[in-house]
Amino acid sequence: MNWVATTVFVLLFGGVTILGFLAARWRRGDLDQLNEWGLAGRRLGTILVWFLLGGDAYTAYTFVAVPALVFGAGASGFFALPYSTIVYPLVFLVIPRMWSVAHRHNYITAGDFVLGRYGNKWLALAVAATGILATMPYIALQLVGLQVVIGAMGVGTVGLSGNLPPIIAFIIDNLPLIIAFVILAAFTRTSGLRAPAIIAIVKDTLIYITVIAMVVVIPIELGGYGKLFEAVPMEKLLLAPPTADNLGQFSAFATLALGSAFALFLYPHTMTGVLSSSSRNVIRRNAAYLPAYTFLLGLLAVTGYMAVAVGVDKLPEFVPQFKQYGSNFAVPALILHAFPDWFAGVAFAAIGIGGLVPAAIMSIAASNLFTRNIYIHFIRPDCSPKQEADNAKIVSLVVMFGALAFVLALPLQYAIQFQLLGGIWISQTIPAVIVGLYTSWLNPWALVFGWAAGLATGTGMAWTTGFQSAVFPLALGGMTVPGYAALYALGVNFGVSIVLTPVLNLVRQTRGKDETRPSDYHFDPAKPEIEALAPETEAAVSMAGE
Amino acid sequence: MDDLAPRRPAHRSPWNWWNLLLAIPFIALLWVPFYNSIEPMLWGIPFFYWYQFLWVFITSALIVFVQHRTDTEQSRAP
Repeated sequence: MNWVATTVFVLLFGGVTILGFLAARWRRGDLDQLNEWGLAGRRLGTILVWFLLGGDAYTAYTFVAVPALVFGAGASGFFALPYSTIVYPLVFLVIPRMWSVAHRHNYITAGDFVLGRYGNKWLALAVAATGILATMPYIALQLVGLQVVIGAMGVGTVGLSGNLPPIIAFIIDNLPLIIAFVILAAFTRTSGLRAPAIIAIVKDTLIYITVIAMVVVIPIELGGYGKLFEAVPMEKLLLAPPTADNLGQFSAFATLALGSAFALFLYPHTMTGVLSSSSRNVIRRNAAYLPAYTFLLGLLAVTGYMAVAVGVDKLPEFVPQFKQYGSNFAVPALILHAFPDWFAGVAFAAIGIGGLVPAAIMSIAASNLFTRNIYIHFIRPDCSPKQEADNAKIVSLVVMFGALAFVLALPLQYAIQFQLLGGIWISQTIPAVIVGLYTSWLNPWALVFGWAAGLATGTGMAWTTGFQSAVFPLALGGMTVPGYAALYALGVNFGVSIVLTPVLNLVRQTRGKDETRPSDYHFDPAKPEIEALAPETEAAVSMAGE
Repeated sequence: MDDLAPRRPAHRSPWNWWNLLLAIPFIALLWVPFYNSIEPMLWGIPFFYWYQFLWVFITSALIVFVQHRTDTEQSRAP
């Protein structure tokens, strides 16, 4: 066991734990209100949102999995870079509308918005359930990041457990992970969203330090970037060009980038980060500055090649761990190989904490969804604000421990496959949520059918690959176009929704009440000169428009 | 019933023709055949890679630019 690294790790982790509990005091609010617990009172300014969304979207799993993908597959693993670039113009243009309408009507989740816009609680349920299901595997995968670095420090597999009853042995073997999670659950319950927001500052700082150190130090050891790329086998260095009848990696790469960009801010945890901002401009400014993390992600992807060049999987001291964790061990191995133990401790703490922050936000986001869109409307309509907040706190614990149980009890493959599906599923909420930000023309029941069709199509496509890949080889007029199943499913979704809408719109009862007004989507409390029209005039304008 | 002629709402829409600039990163990054090559290299890095890094900066700069133009025009409008 690596004592130095472990000590540094524990110290940093301990510091961050204390921060998590103290965070409740930042711009104090009544944490018995769901707004305060679940959205930090919507008070996060530009800098804090930058750290929060950065910590949120660039997770421990990202840190481990992106280099692992590049290590194994080469250039096609780089789709994460264009994906995380093109997402920001979308954030800049579209998301402020969501912020405005949510602020105006006190919406806490995307489900709340859908309910307000379409007046249909079943569509809201569909959106909420999808969000919850897509988030769960993501939380589980953060644990994987944590497990890998704990394993890298030699902690956990001590072999004490041989003579003890199975359940005790199980707990001892996984004790570090369990402890980390208990800490996470405790400060999340205490401070709500403020905890990951404040901790994200530490986490992101550590990650920047670690990655910058890696991209400076390791190439020097290798003899420069030229040498680094020369060490990568040719067939992995670039995408394989298309053949006469198969667009191959080109279409896979482009559709993965586009589809993932569309979906990123629909995930409940990123949505929560956005809604906790204090103004529209916080979001717009962050759209310009968050790409710094994309740059970081690119550097991270290059470390996958560093691992290839150094040949970490062939180094004798890492063979057992590569056997256990596969290519997920590439980055930890690289860190252990290139840096002194104390810095390895810092780096591993960065990754470990980098799992806690998103796990916290994700569980808060999932519990916000459950409480607002399932509990209140289907289980207990007359609950008070305090009961709402209490419910959310309990659900966040359930969600976290559910994810922990999932990771401990089931093979890693299941979490990865579930995550793959989650990405496909969350994309199916785009018609309801994103189009809904611009127009209410689409009929809510048509949207439900579209959502169901998209879900079935996307899941079916993934099933044909044995759930190994989200890329489906679509046969299109003699050509095979491998593409991201989420996008193909979205096409089906839109098709169904658009075709059914004029049909269903003829039936008055299928349309619910739209409680939003056009000016709500530009609402900015900081700019009073953007006025709402008098209600009668607004109604006249929108009736004439229909 | 006599005042139903549709009137343009009084609020300012944030749509701005500058926003179209933001379509450029999509074209640059999704048209894969354009950049799937090793040459021209930069400091030993193949084109495929440094091109993608470059577009992270350009995209960020474009957003800053569009935000600035949009805010300027909004504060000038009546």
